[in-house]
Amino acid sequence: MALIDEPLLRSVTQGDRLQLAAGGSWTAPNAADLEALIDDAVARGKQFVRVELNMAGVENLDTFGAWLLERLLRDCAEAGQGISVSGLPDRFRGIIDEAHQSNRPSEEQPHEGPLGSAIAGAERAVATISQDVVLNVAMFGALVFAALRVLVKPGSLRLTSVVHHLDRVCWRAVPIVLLITVLIGAIIAQQGIFHFRRFGAEVYVVDMLGILVMREIGVLIVAIMIAGRSGSAYTAELGAMKMREEVDALHTMGLDSIEVLVLPRVLALVIAMPILTFLGSMAALYGGGMVCWLYAGMSPDIFLGRLREIISIDHFEVGMSKAPFMALVIGIVASVEGLQVKGSAESLGLQTTASVVKSIFLVIVLDGIFAMFFAAIGK
Amino acid sequence: MLSPIKNDAVIRARDVVVVLNNQTVLNQLSLDVMRGEVLGFVGGSGTGKTVLMRTILGLVPKRAGSIEVLGVDLDKASERDRRAIERRWGVLFQQGALFSSLTVLQNVQFPMREYLRLSKRLMDEIAMTKLEMVGLPANVRDKFPSELSGGMIKRVALARALALDPEIVFLDEPTSGLDPIGAGDFDELIRTLQQTLGLTVYMVTHDLDSLHEICDRIAVLSEGKVIVSGTIATMLQSEHPWVKEYFRGKRGRAAISAQA
Repeated sequence: MALIDEPLLRSVTQGDRLQLAAGGSWTAPNAADLEALIDDAVARGKQFVRVELNMAGVENLDTFGAWLLERLLRDCAEAGQGISVSGLPDRFRGIIDEAHQSNRPSEEQPHEGPLGSAIAGAERAVATISQDVVLNVAMFGALVFAALRVLVKPGSLRLTSVVHHLDRVCWRAVPIVLLITVLIGAIIAQQGIFHFRRFGAEVYVVDMLGILVMREIGVLIVAIMIAGRSGSAYTAELGAMKMREEVDALHTMGLDSIEVLVLPRVLALVIAMPILTFLGSMAALYGGGMVCWLYAGMSPDIFLGRLREIISIDHFEVGMSKAPFMALVIGIVASVEGLQVKGSAESLGLQTTASVVKSIFLVIVLDGIFAMFFAAIGK
Repeated sequence: MLSPIKNDAVIRARDVVVVLNNQTVLNQLSLDVMRGEVLGFVGGSGTGKTVLMRTILGLVPKRAGSIEVLGVDLDKASERDRRAIERRWGVLFQQGALFSSLTVLQNVQFPMREYLRLSKRLMDEIAMTKLEMVGLPANVRDKFPSELSGGMIKRVALARALALDPEIVFLDEPTSGLDPIGAGDFDELIRTLQQTLGLTVYMVTHDLDSLHEICDRIAVLSEGKVIVSGTIATMLQSEHPWVKEYFRGKRGRAAISAQA
């Protein structure tokens, strides 16, 4: 801390000269005070012909002090002010020489105006979108290629890895998927009963629940959950591997990272999604049925009878057939984002977020496209 | 902080015992580090060199013993005193441990931002001075650590360790992963900075050249204790089998003949 009785810089006016006496510790803790004193001295010095600085009283000096001394000298020189330094202890010589050599002006990078940077930002955003499309399509191509190679030579499939990932994205996801879909089914049924009751059309709740769950909600909810749960995990895993050069290590060993890392993960997801969708849909129907029974007094027999009348195999097929495609989209987006991770922890976080956001968006878009397709073929 | 070199211990470790995973890594270890010296700390892989450094820094808990840094016992010190001590040391981790989401300049400024209330201009200038002191060109300032080479990361990490002008600098294998020329330059840099800034340097190393070039004193760790400490001449005279093998083995002789 600053010694109160020993000021860092004292100034005395002597005719046309400004005499400065330095003292105390010119070190990091005092740097802020010292900077103010030095800037002040430079400003005041302009009124005088000469500035004389006596450094003899300085007890300690570190890089901060040395640099501020250097700055005083430079600022005075710039203002055309004569300055002389005396009494500098020899032990500070080395560090002062270091400071003397530093911060020499170099060419500054040109800065763009606000309009320029806005245009550059928009440019980058558009470039990123098109780059994203290219990367995802390229990943799809690479996956198909890897899958074909595996088909030709089934021995090269990493079966252990597929099973391991299947365990993680399918088996371990079952409880949470069941829980959420039961609740969603129950909520849909409750809302339906609440509003249909006014028309005395409570029984149509079963129609709504059955068709909605089988065709849309079951698969969509599961896809969104898997994107958040497993897609993010894939991105983080692949990203961490990229960061630690594990992916590069694979390449140098002559292995294809798509075949080793991406294919088993995506394959596991493609197998897992239909299973989870089926379980999720059943759970949603179960949840809806329970609400119908407990809330509207519709007995399970009536509920099941109505359901059997309404639900055809078509509805079930529509829902289930979407599942593997959604899994593919989630898997591809997650892998592309994961392999995009750069060196920093921040970039890992960014890519994981991007992976979840993009895959949820694409899953919903895909669902819309499927809806149009099935409407067109009359299913 | 520059002060006349006094012959007092800035780090005083007494009977330190560290047990990790039921394994005694440091057993009744005692060590003094004198002000203004460069202490090289050697020992076989896995003998606990880094563990001792981390114990002194308070990153690894010890089971017994006491460690005094700059005259303060860190176990008994208040939070405030500990912070004050932490400002007076700088650490260069083996992998640099630069903050990957900050630029080079922000990395060097980080301790200043936390501890000192400085104007942006002064912080920029001081950080650039530090970067120049460690021999980096001005254009690295806005780069991120992932864009730097191994040698540059070490230099930036050293600049960050020196950000607050500490009295003690801990270096964990500063020259590992550098080519021999780069390692030699780095040794020289540490020596120069040590002399200009009046630092005490505690250096964990495997590099025989570093030990010959810049260390004032060497301590050898084996079986959880400092078995020998002294100048390179003492090391060469030691009859302890490991020390003999290390300093007078094939590689040790090469380093000696390089000196000659």
